[in-house]
Amino acid sequence: MEKKLLQKQLSSTWLKKIQDSGTLLFGPKRRGNQCDFDRISDVAEITQDYIQTAQSVKFLAFPKVEELFRFRQTSSGMKIQDRDLASLPAVVVFGVRPCDASAMASLTSIFTTDYEDSQFKTRLEKMTVIGMSCGKSDEYCFCTSIGGNPGNTAGSDVLLTKLDSGDYLVEILTEKGQKVVSLAQECFAPAPEIKKEDHLAPVKKYFAVEELTQKLPQTFYNNLWAEHSLRCLGCGACAYVCPTCACFTIEDEGTQEDGTRLRCWDSCGFAQFTLHTSGHNPREVQSQRWRQRIMHKFSYMPDRLKVLGCCGCGRCSRSCPVDMNLMEHLTAILEAKL
Amino acid sequence: MEELKTKARELLANKEVQVVIGYTESPLQKIRPAFIQDPTKVDTLIYDERCKQNLAVYLLRREIKKLGKPAIVATVSVMRSIIQLASELQITEKDVVVLGISPDKKLLTFNDFASLEKYIKSIPLKTDAKEKEMIEKLNKMTLEERWAFWTKELSRCFKCYACRAACPMCYCTKCTVECNQPQWIPVGAHELGNLEWHVMRAMHLAGRCVNCHECGRACPLEIPIHLLTQKLSEDIAQEFGLKAGTSLTNEYALSMFKPEDKENFIK
Repeated sequence: MEKKLLQKQLSSTWLKKIQDSGTLLFGPKRRGNQCDFDRISDVAEITQDYIQTAQSVKFLAFPKVEELFRFRQTSSGMKIQDRDLASLPAVVVFGVRPCDASAMASLTSIFTTDYEDSQFKTRLEKMTVIGMSCGKSDEYCFCTSIGGNPGNTAGSDVLLTKLDSGDYLVEILTEKGQKVVSLAQECFAPAPEIKKEDHLAPVKKYFAVEELTQKLPQTFYNNLWAEHSLRCLGCGACAYVCPTCACFTIEDEGTQEDGTRLRCWDSCGFAQFTLHTSGHNPREVQSQRWRQRIMHKFSYMPDRLKVLGCCGCGRCSRSCPVDMNLMEHLTAILEAKL
Repeated sequence: MEELKTKARELLANKEVQVVIGYTESPLQKIRPAFIQDPTKVDTLIYDERCKQNLAVYLLRREIKKLGKPAIVATVSVMRSIIQLASELQITEKDVVVLGISPDKKLLTFNDFASLEKYIKSIPLKTDAKEKEMIEKLNKMTLEERWAFWTKELSRCFKCYACRAACPMCYCTKCTVECNQPQWIPVGAHELGNLEWHVMRAMHLAGRCVNCHECGRACPLEIPIHLLTQKLSEDIAQEFGLKAGTSLTNEYALSMFKPEDKENFIK
């Protein structure tokens, strides 16, 4: 891994060069009380005054709605026209927090185990992640409990760490990272001897996630799920802001003879998510849906895919309209006497 | 709010109710709903200006109904919601004990829904200055500007349906958006799908929305969707003289046909 120094006044020069190269640039923009990733037309729109964006960058690899293929009934049968993968745009996304970047590994496991999802894979391949270490954290952050840290390099192609001077320590981590840096080689100077850890936010470690994964199977029939989920409204806010939630539903639009098949985000928190055609619903109450959410992330995924379904970003807790606080619930599960 | 706690404790201890739906403070000092079933735990209840959620949404929820008869800490929005739910035959005065909180934070108790209705009628319907300003801004826009405003705002929606889940009036067990054979509203969160969803929701709430603004508060992306229902409520009040959540015998302005209606498209 190569390290460089990027002077603060040169960061926008670099980003402009990236834009000039013809790739789409995404980054955090301020909107009202929030900050969120958006397409950047002018690099001055980018803000760095945020602890966490409202949404994760998941949508760039797995959009909230995407066309899978078109179908048309013709005299010689049904014609299927697959999505032209070459037309998917190359994207550079700036300002991704290390938790978000590391979550790409969870998404990749979901979309490539057993079956390789070409559309997801292509979008990911065409995406360059410029990560930004955390200089600040808040009471919802718990990446260190999940095995991450505020300067984690996993999932980033380039990781920037802001120094006291305002300049950035640049870690070039992949070939894609090398490529995006080489677009403006002149902006980068040799890195001085710096201890990166001194410039990272403190994030308290609340628990060891391995213990949670070990304990969860024994809690399946415990009453704690009903107690914890009483106030849950059963919306999909937590799932949709989550960097690793990947449930989707398949919908056709158009007519039976001529239409489009879409993949749309879905959530295990919705009452109808598991409703069978027969009318039977194996998860008929919210406590069972809440349990599924936790089990999937911290038991089933580590068991089957060898990755966690959580990166400790805290978005679910920040965005919950009724203050379901994931970290608090996980701690309570660990403390529960069985 | 000692009197609230005393009353809640008494109701639970006397087994008049099995659960008190109220507000509590989390370990991180955030406000969240609480469901107190044990009279010794009543002290965790709190009430202050941070308590904004419209708790009436829990009255019809299956998981909460299973706990038994509730008492509910009721802000003005909650009281309006209860009146509206009663007018829609979703709840009766036997189903709930209303622990009303007046705008000056006094505990109010009611013997029946008729006295609740009487009280609510005496409270003027107020809109926050911020919302008023936004509505005025929207009113001043040309049709094209307003279209552009809403298209842009709603295009951000990812259909998590927090607005619907948080709304006491969105109690349908199967929402039209979930009927996909045939599909009435496009399921995808694309521009048209989002627009149709929010317009449909606003129209379904027209004349029923009690203006608690819970939908806007619940939105994780801060889309000001409560302005749609707020604006419609104002139009309904102006055109039909109806204010949702103020009368036990309200008729829905948009789904009630009367021979004397001035529109003639249906005749």
